[in-house]
Amino acid sequence: MKGIVKTFPGVRALDGVSFDVRRGEVHALVGENGAGKSTLMKTLAGAYRADGGAIEVDGADVSIDGPRAAEKFGIGMIYQEFNLVPDLRVIDNILLGHEPARSGFLDRSKALARATGILAELGIALPLETLARRLPVAQQQMTEIAKALVRDARLIVMDEPTAALTDREIAALFALIAKLKARGVAFVYISHRLEELPKISDRITVIRDGKTIETRATADMPQDEMIRLMVGRSLSAHFPDLPPVPPDASEVLTVSGLSCASGVPIEDVSFAVRAGEIVGLAGLVGAGRTEIVRAIAGADVAREGTIDVDGRRVAVRSPHDAIAAGIALITEDRKAQGLVLGMGVRENTTLAHLDRFERGGFVDRAGETATTNREIAELRVRTPNAEQLVRNLSGGNQQKVVLAKWLIGDARVYLFDEPTRGIDVGAKAEIYALMVALLARGAAIVMVSSELPEVLGMSHRVLVVRGGRVRAEFARADATPDKVIAVAAGVAA
Amino acid sequence: MRPGDERLQADLAASADAARAAQNRSRLVRTGGGIVALLVVVFAINAFSNGSFLTAGNLTNVLRQITYNAILAIGQTFVIITAGIDLSVGSLIELTGVVMASFANAMHFDGPLLVVATLLVGVGVGCLAGLINAIPVVTLNLPPFITTLAMMLMARGLAFKIAHGQPVPLQSGAFTSTGTGFVLSGFRAATGFPGIPIPVVWLAVMVIAFAVLLTRTRFGRYVFAIGGNEEAARLAGIDVKFVKAMVYVISGGCAAIASLLLMAKFSSGSPNTGIGNELQSIAAVVVGGTSLAGGRGSVVTTFFGALLIGLLNNVMNLLNIESYTQDIVLGAVILIAVVVDELRKRYLAR
Repeated sequence: MKGIVKTFPGVRALDGVSFDVRRGEVHALVGENGAGKSTLMKTLAGAYRADGGAIEVDGADVSIDGPRAAEKFGIGMIYQEFNLVPDLRVIDNILLGHEPARSGFLDRSKALARATGILAELGIALPLETLARRLPVAQQQMTEIAKALVRDARLIVMDEPTAALTDREIAALFALIAKLKARGVAFVYISHRLEELPKISDRITVIRDGKTIETRATADMPQDEMIRLMVGRSLSAHFPDLPPVPPDASEVLTVSGLSCASGVPIEDVSFAVRAGEIVGLAGLVGAGRTEIVRAIAGADVAREGTIDVDGRRVAVRSPHDAIAAGIALITEDRKAQGLVLGMGVRENTTLAHLDRFERGGFVDRAGETATTNREIAELRVRTPNAEQLVRNLSGGNQQKVVLAKWLIGDARVYLFDEPTRGIDVGAKAEIYALMVALLARGAAIVMVSSELPEVLGMSHRVLVVRGGRVRAEFARADATPDKVIAVAAGVAA
Repeated sequence: MRPGDERLQADLAASADAARAAQNRSRLVRTGGGIVALLVVVFAINAFSNGSFLTAGNLTNVLRQITYNAILAIGQTFVIITAGIDLSVGSLIELTGVVMASFANAMHFDGPLLVVATLLVGVGVGCLAGLINAIPVVTLNLPPFITTLAMMLMARGLAFKIAHGQPVPLQSGAFTSTGTGFVLSGFRAATGFPGIPIPVVWLAVMVIAFAVLLTRTRFGRYVFAIGGNEEAARLAGIDVKFVKAMVYVISGGCAAIASLLLMAKFSSGSPNTGIGNELQSIAAVVVGGTSLAGGRGSVVTTFFGALLIGLLNNVMNLLNIESYTQDIVLGAVILIAVVVDELRKRYLAR
């Protein structure tokens, strides 16, 4: 790709990006949110058309004017949110658009042979008859890879492939990538987890503000150098210092005997969080951590158990009840659950607290705009103005809008579910700083995170969840990675 | 200032010009620029074809003709913004029409009070039917296409049963001015302007009131939020079930008001005046640029959508185009409207 240019209303997303991928190479692409990584990849995959520049495949100029064209040139794209049809079986998803047919009818036995053949090549097992939506994230990803291979992909683009995976699943993914590499398949690997790049990538390209900054062999790119190139400034410590919880701090959130049957069932969950304290929920994906915070926030209705906020019993039967009680849930999936993408920054920011902007039965837009502009400045949201559609913002800025929505409510309890998933280093540091600022206000925070360093670095206490139950509790000083992993994986108490 | 703030400020300043240009472009396109352009075309056709089009009398007549469909389409707009659909409104015109006519005939008082009482009864029946439409939608998540289709059949059948298959003639004369009267009719002799038909006054009040409800109140904001992302709206504490139920109630109520105006015009409540009206109202909404996918739309552009369809009908009538050809043209216009809308969206997303 040479000198690719792409503009959106008010945003020049790509400004002459160039890079190349060689056969059998893993080429990592890193940059802050909004640097243009996703836009670049969507251009390569035919989802967007470039406004300028050229794309060459095997030395020949090509025009990629749609997903079909990308497929023809052997380019496979695996998005962060995946692209499976949830109500089709795994086998149908793998073969989608390439179903073997005999005189116009689907040839089931040939389809099965084709799919099992691909899986055997990959050396993985998938439940072919299961509906895609019932698969855990890691298996959905494997399905996507199998799907790309059915299409004879020679270049596979992966956007944040490890964001939702556990360490063991990541190891399996890396092994798979190595195997495909040996067969000559090339990868473009987009990730914010810089520490994993030395393990997986051959070369690294840093992009910033829609421009290529530098391409180097991975061995010549130490992590701090990479960060410096990404942000254009050097970042010091990864995690801020957590202020200690005052000894006389009162319990803000008390959960007792909470059980809920939605999703992964949770059983008899009890814990308390004091003012100025962060409690981290660690565990493997599917352990029930998300379900715990969802039940507290009324997103799912708990079957049993009690919730107290500031010592007062609250009945949480809906998100509305939870918000009224001072509980805010920052959900893990901002696009599906956190934002109305077709609305502007202002409308999203005020959505959960619109009653406060009501004057004589009408919405006070000037008040809304003033509050939104304050939050934009405070959280440093990169948007031309408060009316910009949230759809046009980058992932990190979208996450900031979600935070703004809950910050204006002055909640007592903030439940963060994967608050930094798919977000760059700079925005991560800002979100950590924001959490510390919330502690100073006397709020209580519960944080769910699949990144172990984040849980250990940003929690006063760590609860380890497995099978829908809290299995162990560690104070910050005792919480070492090996102890937490042992409990999460079920090899210790 | 924190490190990086200067960079941010510079970025913001740099992007401001581009943003402003894009906004001007998108504002023009977004607020139904296409409809205005089409209206211009309609007037141009007239200029070449027939002088009798651009007369005060004819244009007033067009407005009166579109009133009933436009009122239905106002309610339909709310439903469609939540990504729903209401197929029952045509039948609800019939049901509320025969109920209102029977009610008015059974009362022992007359005059404006009878009109108001009849309206309240009709709107009550319409809203109740809307609520029945909504209950399976909000409690069991059934598709509104099905529940309102069922209501369409039930309401039509009930209307026929109540009326024994015959129109119910109104005995009171109190409705005549509501159906056929004018305001500001004093200039007729001097200028040829016949005044504003009273149903058009009702329509104007409703367009303004519902446009304000949709764009200036919490309820309106929630309607958009639910259409844009229902789960995000629920997690933001919005009572999604209530808001969704209310849009069907509004739609049923609008059907009842349109029905009262029709009944007043014809001096009878008929069990078969409403056939096809549900589709006409959906056409007006879609031509007005409201997306059937939900999350976007406007009462004002819906009015223009209904107006455009009405003007086309009128022009074609004046040009003596036979009715089958008219259907073909109307169908094509609806198709063009949605194609233009889609192209517009892609243009904005570029």
